[in-house]
Amino acid sequence: MKTEYQDFIAGARGALPILPSVVPFALICSVSAIGVGLNPVQAAGMSFVMFAGASQLALLQLLSEGAHWLVMLVTVWVINLRFTMYSATLAPYLKEEPNWRRLPFVYILSDQAFGVSMVQFSNATPANPAWYYYGAAGIIAMTWVISAIVGALVGAVIPPSWGFEFAFPLSFMALMFAAIKDKPGILAAVIGGGMAVLLRGLPYNLGLILAASLGIAAGMWAEGRVQA
Amino acid sequence: MSELSIWLLFVGAAIGTFALRFSFIYLFGKFEIPPLLQRALRFVPASVLAALVFPALLYPNGIFDFSLHNIHLLAGIGGGIVAWKTKNVLWTLIVGMGLFWVLPLIF
Repeated sequence: MKTEYQDFIAGARGALPILPSVVPFALICSVSAIGVGLNPVQAAGMSFVMFAGASQLALLQLLSEGAHWLVMLVTVWVINLRFTMYSATLAPYLKEEPNWRRLPFVYILSDQAFGVSMVQFSNATPANPAWYYYGAAGIIAMTWVISAIVGALVGAVIPPSWGFEFAFPLSFMALMFAAIKDKPGILAAVIGGGMAVLLRGLPYNLGLILAASLGIAAGMWAEGRVQA
Repeated sequence: MSELSIWLLFVGAAIGTFALRFSFIYLFGKFEIPPLLQRALRFVPASVLAALVFPALLYPNGIFDFSLHNIHLLAGIGGGIVAWKTKNVLWTLIVGMGLFWVLPLIF
């Protein structure tokens, strides 16, 4: 039987191959934050407070467009709704853990930490799965924060004329294609994107939330038809 | 935005996100995800991200532009092909930003 410490180290090791994807994403978040006019402390602080890159980029884009603060918050929460799925999947492994120990690691739950842990758990569940998850989530979060600080320092010297805001739609596209798994997913993206173009004129960027809801509904409808 | 409102925005975003992360870990054994919500969640990322991308490419500088003069659209399509093939943020950025800087020199 492995000790908790050994599983913690195993989790950290298990996360090593995914770290190269964490670094550039954190750099991009910080550089983009500087690009829309935040100072380096705010740029790095954002990554430390939120720990959720895709939603940070969305928040920054809306910030640069002068969206209403409520629309910014709702957009962040909608993008992060996926964490409820991770939460439900991880729950059985964390149920015996005391809150003082598990809450910090729940706070830093990421796509990558979830992915690394679940791949391991479905192959061979470690003796202390919670500690394996802690190790993976911990090293990913550490890498994330260090890269965000480096990005904030680098971003401060990149001139605005380079048009780095264009990095937002580009990074969203990579995340979007990674999220599309089947035909109903394609329909959700096409309807969500198409409606966002049509509804762009609505006040407070409300069109974004409305369009995304219609896209989700379209995906569910298509999935229902496939199964029927 | 003022210094204070920026931080309030981050903290508000973070509190909501923490609630989502903790949700079913907290509720374990008390409450299951309703099947309808579970089906909806699957389509959230694709739909929201597309809703952010399409207008950003078609409304450069706030004005609708569906033409070969729209560098955002052209570089976005180039980056989009890379995004589709690789699903990798870094490669998409390298190709997309590269096109975004080079295309104006050609057109």
